[in-house]
Amino acid sequence: MATWFLKSRSVLQCVKTRAGLHQIICNRSLKGASLHSKALQLEDDLDYSENEAWYFPGGAVPFTSKINFIADSSEERIHCYRVLDNSGHHMLSNTSKLISKELAVQLYSSMVTLQMMDTVFNEVQRQGRTSFYMTSHGEEAINIASAAALSNEDIILPQYREHGVLLWRGFSLQEFANQLFANKADKGKGRQMPMHYGSNKHNYITVSSPLGTQIPQAVGVAYSLKMEKKDACVVTYFGDGTTSEGDFHAGLNFAAVLEVPVIFFCRNNGWAISTPVTEQFRSDGIAVKGRAYGIPSIRVDGNDALAIYDAMQEARKIAIKEQKPILIEALTYRVGHHSTSDDSTKYRAREEIEQWKADRNPISRYRNWIEGNGWWNEEQESTLRGSVRKQLMNAIGVAEKAERPALTDLFADVYHDMPTNLQEQERSLTETIRKHPQDFPSGFAVASQI
Amino acid sequence: MWGIVSRTAVNRGFSVSKSQFRCLVQGARNFSSKEMTVRDALNSALDEEMSADPKVFIMGEEVGEYQGAYKITKGLLDKYGPERVIDTPITEAGFTGIAVGAAYHSLKPVVEFMTFNFSMQAIDHIINSAAKSNYMSAGQISVPIVFRGPNGAAAGVGAQHSQCYAAWFGACPGLKVLAPYSSEDARGLLKAAIRDPDPVVFLENELLYGESFPVSAEALDSSFCLPIGKAKIEREGKDVTIVTFSKMVGFALKAAEILEKEGISAEIINLRSIRPLDRATINSSVRKTNRLVTVEEGFPQHGVGAEICASVVEESFEYLDAPVERIAGADVCMPYAANLERLAVPQIEDIVRAAKRICFRSTSMAATG
Repeated sequence: MATWFLKSRSVLQCVKTRAGLHQIICNRSLKGASLHSKALQLEDDLDYSENEAWYFPGGAVPFTSKINFIADSSEERIHCYRVLDNSGHHMLSNTSKLISKELAVQLYSSMVTLQMMDTVFNEVQRQGRTSFYMTSHGEEAINIASAAALSNEDIILPQYREHGVLLWRGFSLQEFANQLFANKADKGKGRQMPMHYGSNKHNYITVSSPLGTQIPQAVGVAYSLKMEKKDACVVTYFGDGTTSEGDFHAGLNFAAVLEVPVIFFCRNNGWAISTPVTEQFRSDGIAVKGRAYGIPSIRVDGNDALAIYDAMQEARKIAIKEQKPILIEALTYRVGHHSTSDDSTKYRAREEIEQWKADRNPISRYRNWIEGNGWWNEEQESTLRGSVRKQLMNAIGVAEKAERPALTDLFADVYHDMPTNLQEQERSLTETIRKHPQDFPSGFAVASQI
Repeated sequence: MWGIVSRTAVNRGFSVSKSQFRCLVQGARNFSSKEMTVRDALNSALDEEMSADPKVFIMGEEVGEYQGAYKITKGLLDKYGPERVIDTPITEAGFTGIAVGAAYHSLKPVVEFMTFNFSMQAIDHIINSAAKSNYMSAGQISVPIVFRGPNGAAAGVGAQHSQCYAAWFGACPGLKVLAPYSSEDARGLLKAAIRDPDPVVFLENELLYGESFPVSAEALDSSFCLPIGKAKIEREGKDVTIVTFSKMVGFALKAAEILEKEGISAEIINLRSIRPLDRATINSSVRKTNRLVTVEEGFPQHGVGAEICASVVEESFEYLDAPVERIAGADVCMPYAANLERLAVPQIEDIVRAAKRICFRSTSMAATG
């Protein structure tokens, strides 16, 4: 072994001198170091003889003479972090810092607002007044608590069931209603179907329908933050189903290689429309996949607001300080249907839905905790619900009656500057509408802005 | 024409007299004795834009250590470091998505596809994440990204390495699609693409990388830029308009030489820009010559030629003295065997025959049908 030791040392010396790679060999994390030096990373691995391990590209790999397939799953599933027990009592075993009364009450009010907003907007669609809606029932804690643990500088790339995050950040009920009714005040200029919110002001990147595309995009945004050396991170959300998309694997792999501050937050709610997780993957959920890509991961109780808050805070610290990706899997249940185009009783038992709705409700569980602390009572509850209901009715009334987007919103923003062919088309269409108003809908500005 | 003359001159081993010859032929343009390959033109354009703007960075497979699969990014890793020239893991979908995300947050990525055939694995990000974002976000998210790489047929690489994607990308609102021919095109259009706030698909051609073209002093300047959406009349003529792009421009110019000897004066238009399409230049040329032939390597159905034909029929129908002729690749996947491959792409003779048919110098296709 000694001979080999000396021999390898001299090889190292040789490489260092020849290629001038001393700096690179010493600093493993420096990107761009040639494969050559990585294959000869000898500093820490000097315990093996040549018969005990080989230095394959990537590092020393010890040999074994026992044939042994790593099992497809562990004996025990990855444990799930929680702070509150089933009835909302703070578990004594948990040593995490308690949040302030003010924040605690704010979290609760937001969760209730989100729940009510979802119920009412869903109803409005059922009445035929809007075309589509998706609720976040059962995932209110995930939405609100994860958002609360971030700073406003952190950039969010959502999937489509995280409007609670946007709500927390200050998007108003009126602004939500405007988007659903696609009126003139819609920040999205009536371009997108409902639920596809976006707001640069709130650092919430516009929702995009194809699943999982936000994952590699988030890595790119994080790369940009890293280049700016900003004290901020990126958080991207996705469901259990989306982790089957190619983009999930490409994004996670790449984030680890690029070493960027991004938090991958998976809302494992058990269902991807009608596909249960047992038909989506055969791994122990999503948390186990982090290791495959070299990413630290954690599993949390997605119905425990305090656990989510804690985990997100911690993840954010690591992501920014160490400039590396983190994977969080929040276990929860999709209480509502996938969307207003779905009737989930067709593929799952009503009893299952009821049980999660009644016995494992994240909002009532959290309410028990704040009431137990003397921070909330029935009177405040009715006041809150009354006020939110009133705001919602008002917002819907205003949004529904508002003018539709102007004609120029059809042609603008295809490119940064409107090209001549679109300017011509806009002029031509304006003329046609003027000449034949009876053939076109009313309620929007026609005058050409050009 | 200029390109052809210089190449044949080189082949014949001209030296000093070459520059005087060039001077005469070039006419009013800035004269320079500098020649540059398309490869060097692209490399210099990337270098200059990266130097001018620290937000510009390159991403793709083999672009760094390997100096680029086709050496287009040669020397850039050494000059700008691994943070600005990123060798990616093998995932077109992954790195395209990442580049789009970086562009969302104001960086300016130049993404290299080893060939646009592989861009199919990333097409969702190109169309749904890049092209449509400015519109869908109501102007909040602009995507100043460039997708570049070799497009169309190479030589002996078979079906999955030979498709031309000009027509597919050219159909999409939100994208700008460019197709350079000469070194000057390559420099000017790539610089314009990198500076543009919208997503640009930049279709190069592998077989053109090694070709040398003269470049003017103006084109060598680092501020040089060509306008997007403007075609170039490579050769003026009066009998027939031949519209084409990329490698076929060279073929069309050669065909024009042959046609000249037979008394047909062909006007060759190098599109340079597939989207936006310079309909004004095309139509004004057709109104002059009254005949139109389009040439492309790609598949015939729903091709670039189909759009040009429709545009001319819509805007200049009364000026046409003959039906429009489209020359395109064969409606088959590209075969490998050299003889079959040659039959599957347009050749100079095809262009010559089409021009003659359209000038009624020989029997029309319809008559023989």
